[in-house]
Amino acid sequence: MNKKKIIIPLLAVLLGFITGAIVMILTGHNPIEAYSALLKGAGLFGDVKRFGDTLLNMTTLILTGLSVAFAFRTGLFNIGAAGQMLMGGFVAVLIGVKFNLPPFIHVTIATITAVLAGAAWGYIPGLLKAKFRIHEVVSTIMMNYIAMWSVYYLVPKYIPGSFSTESKAINTSASLRTEWLTNLFKGSYVNLGLFLALIAVLLIWWILEKTTFGYELKAVGFNLHASQYAGMKVNRNMILSMMISGALAGLAGATYYIGYANNIKIGVLPSQGYDGIAVALLGLNSPFGVALTALLFGFMNAGRLFMQSSTSVPNELVPIIIAIIIFFAATSLMLETWLKKSEKFFKKSEGGK
Amino acid sequence: MWDIITNIVPLALAYTAPLLIIALGGLYSERSGVVNIGLEGLMGIGAFTSALVISKTAGNLGHTAVYVGLLAAALAGGIFSVLHAFASVTMRSDQVVSGTAINILSAALTVYLARSLTGSANIQIVSGFIKRDVPVLSKIPVIGPLFFREAYITTLIVFLIVVFSWFILYYRPFGLRLRACGENPQAADSLGINVLKMRYIGVIISGVLAGLGGGIVITTYSGEFSPLVYSGLGFLALAALIFGKWNPWGVVGASLFFGLAKTVADMSKLFEGLKGMPNIIFNTFPYVVTLVALVLFSKNAAGPKAAGEPYDPGKR
Repeated sequence: MNKKKIIIPLLAVLLGFITGAIVMILTGHNPIEAYSALLKGAGLFGDVKRFGDTLLNMTTLILTGLSVAFAFRTGLFNIGAAGQMLMGGFVAVLIGVKFNLPPFIHVTIATITAVLAGAAWGYIPGLLKAKFRIHEVVSTIMMNYIAMWSVYYLVPKYIPGSFSTESKAINTSASLRTEWLTNLFKGSYVNLGLFLALIAVLLIWWILEKTTFGYELKAVGFNLHASQYAGMKVNRNMILSMMISGALAGLAGATYYIGYANNIKIGVLPSQGYDGIAVALLGLNSPFGVALTALLFGFMNAGRLFMQSSTSVPNELVPIIIAIIIFFAATSLMLETWLKKSEKFFKKSEGGK
Repeated sequence: MWDIITNIVPLALAYTAPLLIIALGGLYSERSGVVNIGLEGLMGIGAFTSALVISKTAGNLGHTAVYVGLLAAALAGGIFSVLHAFASVTMRSDQVVSGTAINILSAALTVYLARSLTGSANIQIVSGFIKRDVPVLSKIPVIGPLFFREAYITTLIVFLIVVFSWFILYYRPFGLRLRACGENPQAADSLGINVLKMRYIGVIISGVLAGLGGGIVITTYSGEFSPLVYSGLGFLALAALIFGKWNPWGVVGASLFFGLAKTVADMSKLFEGLKGMPNIIFNTFPYVVTLVALVLFSKNAAGPKAAGEPYDPGKR
């Protein structure tokens, strides 16, 4: 891969952390303390449980990131990962609460239906795009809020919990958590979703890079008319792209709601859906890049509450840094100009050769 | 039934005012050619700023503080929107990505600042606007109790801004130029219009109006800033903008329609006649009808043609 392409995300991350430090200095906090607390809270200094939490956070972000990246690669901008994830999670929790099945079968069914629910939630914007050329950004935003308000109504009606704002907890047979992983990571809720996410990375890489199907999907994203002229089924491919993207987000919902939370809260869209956009952007929409970025964001999210309690820096510092990273990655034109200028500068200073 | 209506409509109007002004902000931005999904974040900046300013100045200024807070909200929204304008106009980056960054940044930064400044994520204000019956007009039968009873002054302010915007956008050269930049920036440029400048203006006005919307939320029905301010009003405004076909009066109609649906959803538990209605219908209604409307519009594209595309003078 092109070297410059990799420098820009790295530079964006660096600038994100620098800006975060400036924000902390301006609000009277000590950035060095806060960042070391963040690292410590994420288990990077050897705390196994905390590192498990980093992997836990990474799991969901890999999948939402893959969801957005896969859509991007096929020419679609899926900002509906949040809604697809929520619907997947809701269906998984519903099955987890309502049924009593043997452990392995229960969790398998719950996970598969989560994937299907996510795919179904992606199907609608895919169909609207294919049939009516409605921009998927608009339709996925609408689908996000339809999902949010549907869950808001369905949870208290069918699976009410002890608080009015959340559902009942799922039966343990439907949970993606396993004893050996929990023991290995000393009580962290890192779960089987981790392996599903890593498999998804390989699978998506394989589809995009090694199959004709993936090539066709990318071709449609690259040039719709040329692909049509070449005899590809453009509309079918668009719908399939959105469904696969939605399926990944649905799986993200399973890893979060039946892997980590074990129930579902109403009235909120999961922030991982939007963070997925950052993960995809920074990972240059490549599956392996997504996994690496998800690891970075995973540790930031795992350490943020520890940072807040041990240094009094509000945990919202982490999404601030993430937003700034997106901003710098998005304005890559600016970074490229800076790079060119600095290259010229260094060449000049070498001068005389 | 009439009782229910006269109770709900004033509440719906109170909810509609900020929704309408945010959607109108989106209209300026999209008409100039910049898609702004950062409305939610800009609204939040306004909400935070107004709550902060009012809570700090109410001791000295009394009720005037509320107006100062509204102005500060508009100003802060305008300043914050420069980020979006810079990214999407000058840097030609993806406008949806930039808008997403605005949303995440705003939600995080305001709560971060609230925690740093006050120790909690919430900022309460002591005094806001008070609902009043409009003299004389509220006595008119039928219309009076619906529109002029229990009304906020902000609703009137919003309405005046809408009328002014409609006049500016359709009857002044500025409006024609702004809209031209959203339809065909190359043609606008060839006629000597500074496309980049117009787009900056469009985005900044959207920031000012969305910020004002956030201020209105705080000073009317909410009364405090909290992370709950980010519950999707900006995205609802986006739906209203699309359902209103990017036209000021269409946006007024759509906002009223959606505001009413939202109020019915929230109030349905309180009224005998509406108790049986599941809130999912009213809550999802705006988004569903927007999707349906998009399908119906799809034959003749309704939105500004160049919205979403960065203007690159080198590309013809």
